[in-house]
Amino acid sequence: MSKKPEEKQEVETTGHSWDGIEEYNNPLPRWWLWTFYATIVWGILYTIAYPAWPLINGATPGLLGFSTRAEVAQDIADFKERNSGLDEQLASADLTTLAENEELYRYAVSGGAAVFRTWCAQCHGSGAAGAEGYPNLLDNDWLWGGTIEDIQLTIAHGIRNENDLDARYSEMPAFGEILSDEEINSVVNYVMSLSGEPEDATLVAAGETVYLDNCAACHMDDGSGDIYQGAPNLANGIWLYGGDVDTIRETITYSRYGVMPNWTDRLSEAQIAAVATYVHQLGGGE
Amino acid sequence: MAILEKHKILEKNATLLLVFSFLVVTIGGIVQIAPLFYLENTIEEVEGMRPYSPLELQGREIYIREGCYVCHSQMIRPMRDEVERYGHYSLAAESMYDHPFQWGSKRTGPDLARVGGRYSDEWHVDHLMDPQSVVPESVMPKYAFLMDRRLDGDHIGDLMKTHRLVGVPYTDEQIENASADFRAQADPDGDWDAVLARYPKAQTRNFDGQPYLTEMDALIAYMQMLGTLVDFSTFTPDASR
Repeated sequence: MSKKPEEKQEVETTGHSWDGIEEYNNPLPRWWLWTFYATIVWGILYTIAYPAWPLINGATPGLLGFSTRAEVAQDIADFKERNSGLDEQLASADLTTLAENEELYRYAVSGGAAVFRTWCAQCHGSGAAGAEGYPNLLDNDWLWGGTIEDIQLTIAHGIRNENDLDARYSEMPAFGEILSDEEINSVVNYVMSLSGEPEDATLVAAGETVYLDNCAACHMDDGSGDIYQGAPNLANGIWLYGGDVDTIRETITYSRYGVMPNWTDRLSEAQIAAVATYVHQLGGGE
Repeated sequence: MAILEKHKILEKNATLLLVFSFLVVTIGGIVQIAPLFYLENTIEEVEGMRPYSPLELQGREIYIREGCYVCHSQMIRPMRDEVERYGHYSLAAESMYDHPFQWGSKRTGPDLARVGGRYSDEWHVDHLMDPQSVVPESVMPKYAFLMDRRLDGDHIGDLMKTHRLVGVPYTDEQIENASADFRAQADPDGDWDAVLARYPKAQTRNFDGQPYLTEMDALIAYMQMLGTLVDFSTFTPDASR
């Protein structure tokens, strides 16, 4: 940028001389100098306006009173305030008729989707299709009931957890300690025959007797299950842990004890209502 | 100006220039770093923080060994989106017994500063054995081998002594009972009252469902306590930090 000095210019040299090489004492460009001074002024003003200088007991707070913590608290309060009307309505709404209130319903479904992806997706999958041991929420097979009130209760208190006395609770015995291996083998085949082909058809008849004596009290005579005890339907071909002969044998021998946390401690009433609405409208809701 | 004339001495003497530049950098360093050691508000006091129990400490070693910090941070920043997703923002005090701290700088996976209690032990086992079995879209590698690597805890006391050397206030009693506490925490027949007396709020149960102690137990014990020690219902944040 700087122009090559003319032969006969007025600029003095710095007086340095190394091996006969001299150095012109050109002034710094004006724009550069003023920018430099401006940054110094800016720096000083900044330390006055914002928290900066460490003193004996703490740092200077700054004239603007800026605080990251206050900012985030304010931010959260603002959003809460903005949603408070809808949240209050949602917390006290009758969820069975929520769809009639279009605005509130839309708020519940999209808010519920956000809650679901944050808190529920890790087990039930981001698309709610579940995984082995974690129920699919898209179909209409429900362990503890698929009405919106049932879903809300399950979310609020969870299943078989130790933190909430209202958690849904039931416990299948480990039949490995109750039945003989032959009895278990036959009942495995009977259970398979309810929804498909047994591995060994000759054992089905014997298995039915074992089933009626030991299993029917919870899973019902026809294997349709009982949502009041969380006893799964065994006749619809939908399996939580797997429907092959080895998995069913394992389930009967050692039993299963699926746990879901309670969400009353972590989510607000409105959030629970919202996520219940979301899950209910996914496809399987009754 | 006279002082600028003096400056020439520095400019023309390389060794002197080196000494004086070092002096300037030292002053700058002291101004920035020294106050952190005496300022009372550097680490605010919170109730509930305690050194890691032996099993948790072992789990933390595994966490570091496997490089979990490369993909998972342990630092919830004070921003609304992070607070809503992960919970209360992290406090300096919450990593006061971490040597080194595990704040991390990159999130391929989620932040783990408050992962404690968020999932069941069974979920952690499923997830560490095969992350895709519960989160199909996950890119996390499998850590199933943790289930087979047994631990005896014979040398955990030495590790605790090392941590004491760098400032973690382990008591003589805690170090004396290190191996016993190590084995008891995940043992349903262990002396849980003793573990809890020395390490309040420690989680005591069989974490991986196997009758013997493995690295899986240790890692899950560590993760299930992360972020659970401070009681935020009694915490009032100072504005200026």
